[in-house]
Amino acid sequence: MKLESKAPQGPLAEKWTKHKFNVKLVNPANKRKYEVIVVGTGLAGASAAASLGELGYNVKAFCFQDSPRRAHSIAAQGGINAAKNYQNDGDSVYRLFYDTIKGGDYRAREANVHRLAEVSVNIIDQCVAQGVPFAREYGGTLANRSFGGAQVSRTFYARGQTGQQLLLGAYSALNRQIANGKVKMYTRTEMLDVVLVDGKARGIVTRNLVTGKIESHSAHAVLLATGGYGNVFFLSTNAKGSNVTAAWRAHKKGAFFGNPCYTQIHPTCIPVTGDHQSKLTLMSESLRNDGRVWVPKVAKPGLRAKDAAGIAEDDRDYFLERKYPSFGNLVPRDVASRNAKYMCDEGRGVGQTGRAVFLDFADAIKRDGRNVIEAKYGNLFDMYKQITGDNPYEMPMMIYPAVHYTMGGLWVDYNLMTTVPGLYALGEANFSDHGANRLGASALMQGLADGYFVIPYTIGNYLADMKAGEKISTDLPEFKEAEKQVNERISKLLSIKGKKTVDHLHRDLGHIMWEYCGMSRTDAGLRKAKGKIQELKKEFWNNVNVLGGSGELNQELEKAMRVADFIELGELMVDDALNRSESCGGHFREESSTPDGEAQRKDDEFMYVAAWQYTGEDQPEVLHKEELIYETVKPTQRSYK
Amino acid sequence: MKITLKVWRQKNNTSKGAFKVYQAEHVSEDMSFLEMLDVLNNELVVKGEDPVAFDHDCREGICGMCSLYINGRPHGPQQTTTCQLHMRTFKDGETITIEPWRAKAFPVLKDLVVDRTAFDRIQQAGGYVSINTGGVPDGNAIPIPKKIADEAMDAAQCIGCGACVAACKNASAMLFVSAKVSQFALLPQGQAERKERVEKMVAQMDAEDFGACTNTGACEAECPKGISLTNIARMNREYFVASLTSYEVQAKGDGA
Ligand SMILES: Cc1cc2nc3c(=O)[nH]c(=O)nc-3n(C[C@H](O)[C@H](O)[C@H](O)COP(=O)(O)OP(=O)(O)OC[C@H]3O[C@@H](n4cnc5c(N)ncnc54)[C@H](O)[C@@H]3O)c2cc1C
Ligand code: SF4
Ligand code: FES
Repeated sequence: MKLESKAPQGPLAEKWTKHKFNVKLVNPANKRKYEVIVVGTGLAGASAAASLGELGYNVKAFCFQDSPRRAHSIAAQGGINAAKNYQNDGDSVYRLFYDTIKGGDYRAREANVHRLAEVSVNIIDQCVAQGVPFAREYGGTLANRSFGGAQVSRTFYARGQTGQQLLLGAYSALNRQIANGKVKMYTRTEMLDVVLVDGKARGIVTRNLVTGKIESHSAHAVLLATGGYGNVFFLSTNAKGSNVTAAWRAHKKGAFFGNPCYTQIHPTCIPVTGDHQSKLTLMSESLRNDGRVWVPKVAKPGLRAKDAAGIAEDDRDYFLERKYPSFGNLVPRDVASRNAKYMCDEGRGVGQTGRAVFLDFADAIKRDGRNVIEAKYGNLFDMYKQITGDNPYEMPMMIYPAVHYTMGGLWVDYNLMTTVPGLYALGEANFSDHGANRLGASALMQGLADGYFVIPYTIGNYLADMKAGEKISTDLPEFKEAEKQVNERISKLLSIKGKKTVDHLHRDLGHIMWEYCGMSRTDAGLRKAKGKIQELKKEFWNNVNVLGGSGELNQELEKAMRVADFIELGELMVDDALNRSESCGGHFREESSTPDGEAQRKDDEFMYVAAWQYTGEDQPEVLHKEELIYETVKPTQRSYK
Repeated sequence: MKITLKVWRQKNNTSKGAFKVYQAEHVSEDMSFLEMLDVLNNELVVKGEDPVAFDHDCREGICGMCSLYINGRPHGPQQTTTCQLHMRTFKDGETITIEPWRAKAFPVLKDLVVDRTAFDRIQQAGGYVSINTGGVPDGNAIPIPKKIADEAMDAAQCIGCGACVAACKNASAMLFVSAKVSQFALLPQGQAERKERVEKMVAQMDAEDFGACTNTGACEAECPKGISLTNIARMNREYFVASLTSYEVQAKGDGA
């Protein structure tokens, strides 16, 4: 099968406009005869469900939380990018496009990224009209800040709760359509399979998480907006429930998985304190604007933050400032993360576990005064103190990198359709516009772009070719077979009654992934990981202990089904990382580095999207390549020295 | 630390619940409250006992999914969410009582998990600005004074956790509803539907079996996001003004 991006021909800046004109339209009177399933109601799903409902389609939306308002998107702090150029500082659609392509280390599709930059401006207008209380200047206009090292101020924000406010905006639009009867919302309902009829996605199988009931739903098209898979590492900054099940089930039904090895590791998170740790908390990137990162020059095992002041200036290694004099503490996320790891690997890490580095504000407080620092970071300092018990005004923070975002996901064409006709992927769930590395404040933008402004156009092109009102029954054998498989899987899990808890096995998986497929990867390590994951898979299916029954609220069962899928995904991530023997973006292969240890891309070999095809249980997946063609930008090697 | 836990166990919506006592032997003060429960649950599973069901997701104090009535207070002794509460707040040897939210409008589904969909139905009744995607003015076309935007943001910070209802002896949802009403009453975008909105949302609130507000202020004292009582005062005013112009609304019943 040849992968077709379906990106339109013609000049870059005209592609989307042209495409919008060329897509087929569904007659307004006919829209109500079509049904669309939207799985996931985070930013991408809620905006899609609401917009499609407004257009007249009948939508069924699903989420596993008790309310759409609680999707993982709610936790985004920093902000959302848009090329408004309100600050008159030289921003433009082209600059946002260029920064995103470059930030993604030249591993994204030009046409998609340009479209993203184009619609970014509409997103802000839309959210303002909904009543999203963005930060304002005294004159009443919208405020902006520069984020993640960007050279222009294009980030819109609502205090440190931008994701919350954007999601509540999309949730309000969704609520309006629920009230209008155009969207039927199913909460506490988990999708467990996609159903194909005649090769097209025509429905899903779900489990009601309160009663355990397995049900089928049919539709003309299915949209997955189910978020990212960072929790394959067990510990990440993602919400506890974030999982890969929907995407993985779709993958097993024929949707190719794009670039699974691209994960983003965020440098400033609160370190692990012990085996009880259940998730990691992100501390905003902005802290690196004033904080200085250091470790002692000579290893000091167990050095605590409150004793840091006792280390003389000369005995400290401000390693980012030393290695990257021109960017210093503001090097990109992957560079900062990797270097913290190296310090700890050398034994110079701090804290009781030795897996942390200091982020020190003492100089900033001395220079600007406590008040200035408090005004900038007060809420972050409070949060840090609440979690760790340490006061960052008096001693350095301790930070360590953590998994934060997954650039990989279901492969989609320009229309956001996967390789299964009628099956779409939106938001973090698709392999996305971020290439090998995502810029700060760009995930919220992409989720809302997909949901508000892309899918409402592109889905029509597909539906227009289907007969209106051609509903199908969930009594078809395809649905019954999918239900049967789901039921069998549940029965199997409940019957194992082994010795290990789901969390225990998930943690084991996380350790393997973090050790061998984390911040830096090697051929030998990845090969080892593959064997270990295969063993873990066997152990899981022979020794997991899932108590309770299927016909009830059973959180252990929910977790078990998700972890089973994570294990399989983990193996594919390793395969992908093995195949890509170059370093690019968030994917660092030690074999592919410059003499001074920096990432080395190999454009002549790897300028493609790796899209993996599932071929059967325990069979090797087949690699398909979508070549990336750069018509407009000329790829360069990143350097931060 | 060693902690004794008295936990509410209830099989499902129709069964009767009761407290059960557990010993948590290996509690570290760095654990969050929910991590302490994770450890307990893993021990229970190993022993073949049904783990305690509780709601949670972000574990960052923002999604509003975690609940728990701890030692007689929603979200426990500090004004944060349960997921942000850490065990260093408790003393070695202490007994901690954990219950679900108690309110008629929030039926228990299992153990500590309750059904808060009544909150969603109130939002569906009018918690939005009626605009479609596309065709809206430029973001800067509507200047909003910083003070107003900040005040709207204060109200918009509500996470929909329901602690206000759990804290209130009447199980009133006034703080939650007034936060949304206030956000839109303050902003220019909310003006067109201002009266209709407050009437519809209040009507739905009443239809959902929440109690009346008698101004005890327990909600504000327990709200993890510091939503202020002034929002309730504002909503009362909004409602009064709206009722003078008598816009007729009908609430949808349960389950709408
Ligand atoms: C701590 C943190 C801070 C961040 N800050 C920023 C930031 O400042 N700026 C930025 O741009 N990005 C940020 N990000 C990234 C960004 O928040 C996410 O990438 C984005 O919100 C993902 O949105 P989504 O709609 O794709 O998925 P999600 O919000 O994850 O939603 C997934 C939805 O799918 C549902 N779901 C999943 N599986 C199933 C299933 N099997 N059945 C039914 N429903 C299912 C869930 O219930 C949920 O509704 C941050 C991320 C984190 C972790
Ligand atoms: S008002 Fe406060 S306590 Fe009530 S739901 Fe909102 S955040 Fe929770
Ligand atoms: S788990 Fe999200 S607020 Fe506590």
